[in-house]
Amino acid sequence: MTMLPTEFADLEPFAPKWCLPSEPGRYAMRLSSSMDEMYEFYEAIHPRAAAAISHLERFDLYGLPEDATNLLHLLYSMIMVSFPVEAWGQPRVPDTGSASFDCFTEPAP
Amino acid sequence: MTQWPKPPEGSWTEHYPALGTGTVCFDDSVSPEFYELEREAIFKRAWLNVGRVEDLPRIGSCFTKEITIANASVILVRGADDEVRAFHNICRHRGNRLVWSDDPHQETGGVYRQFTCKYHGWRYDLQGACTFVQQEDEFFDLDKSSCGLAPVHCDIWNGFIFVNLDARPRQGLREFLGPMITGLDGYPFEKMTEHYDFVAENNSNWKLFADAFQEYYHVPSLHPQQVPPAVRDPGAGFTCAHFQCDGPHRLVSTAGTRRWALPEECMYPIERVTRSGLVGPWETPDVGALPDGVNPGKVDPWGISNFQVFPNLEILVYAGWYILYRYWPTSPRSHRFEATLGFHPARTVRQRVEHEVASVVFKEFALQDAGMLGGTQAALETGVLHEFPLSDQEILVRHFHKVVADWVGAYRREGIGAVG
Ligand code: FES
Ligand SMILES: [Fe+2]
Repeated sequence: MTMLPTEFADLEPFAPKWCLPSEPGRYAMRLSSSMDEMYEFYEAIHPRAAAAISHLERFDLYGLPEDATNLLHLLYSMIMVSFPVEAWGQPRVPDTGSASFDCFTEPAP
Repeated sequence: MTQWPKPPEGSWTEHYPALGTGTVCFDDSVSPEFYELEREAIFKRAWLNVGRVEDLPRIGSCFTKEITIANASVILVRGADDEVRAFHNICRHRGNRLVWSDDPHQETGGVYRQFTCKYHGWRYDLQGACTFVQQEDEFFDLDKSSCGLAPVHCDIWNGFIFVNLDARPRQGLREFLGPMITGLDGYPFEKMTEHYDFVAENNSNWKLFADAFQEYYHVPSLHPQQVPPAVRDPGAGFTCAHFQCDGPHRLVSTAGTRRWALPEECMYPIERVTRSGLVGPWETPDVGALPDGVNPGKVDPWGISNFQVFPNLEILVYAGWYILYRYWPTSPRSHRFEATLGFHPARTVRQRVEHEVASVVFKEFALQDAGMLGGTQAALETGVLHEFPLSDQEILVRHFHKVVADWVGAYRREGIGAVG
């Protein structure tokens, strides 16, 4: 059983871990992942992001089929790991050992 | 770096002579006695923003607000007549907390047809009137019509719901907000209904945290990663284009750059592929002409204006979206920090992705401030140092602490008058 549109079969290995519908879920996954895992995911999805957005633009945002919703959630996870990969070099924002910042309302999808 | 012109006095600070230019004492952020004074002098007197009308979308919509420092729990509800009202969250029978779920100390909300007290079942309608008393004939001279919920002064400005816990507020809401804040009349907050809400319990005094969001002097040092390494200048400073104070309120505007016009290396890869980033979506929906009050300093190119509404609300206005901060003191050394991002509801996947990037990047950098300020609090609490220098770029920090001191001073003088 695949999760993503067939055009994005190459990203399928990342789908079970990173197709997450909520910010708290994605943030927790980021904190519990190794940098190697995030580098691998980011290097795979970043070059495909423009194509993924174009693919999803063909649908009504509020009526996305399930595989498209999964692909959108995968893009959200790309965004979630972008700063660890591009700027921080670690899962957590540096020097934030005593701080948290919880998202409790977010748009859907 | 553009050098923005300063006022004729030579500095923003000297443009407001009452501020002085001397050192500033931050004992106001560590002293338990001062916190007790703020409780009475500020939070039981000022108009406090507790939410937006979008938080109460329909008849019966309700949320509670715990205002710890004012010892208050307030019910906000949209009544059957579509009016928004505020009540103390206390049952008139024996004082039980009326609206709560699971834990009476936690805020709650939802859509209600009426309010029923969990203790003995008294009921109140959405306008606060007592409608049912269990075994009413067992009571003595009870007049149900005088058992309505205790009201809290409540008013709305541009969709922002304010309450005032004073028995008789000294000013109406509009008068309190004054011309600089009401210069935002007509900014289309009500169209930006796609919200992200965040909350953080932070180990710092509410004012110290607010200080970090009303100056940009710290940005190159604490947030160097806002600029990609290829174009980062280690010696760079940050100069704001315009500062303004009006009564107890403050404003700072910064200049804007058109991100998409910059060379590739000025952006992170995530920004290029999503066309969004730290300052939000590169292009935002055309919302029509913005009110002049959004950019009173006529900064060109304008980027953002940051309005600090006394005491504890901050409104950051971009051309097509906004951010709100609220700082709710919970002790001399802690507060609850709320942040809301408001966007035009996305019409396309691309727009949703743009909003998601803005929200994620916002959290990255807000965490940097949150991670540090506990350290500021702890260091100030050592009591080793009391007086600190503030630059012209930190004028709003100076103004904020002065206004707090002024309100506390006014309260103290009244108290002395009453006793003497
Ligand atoms: S305290 Fe509310 S009904 Fe008794
Ligand atoms: Fe900051």
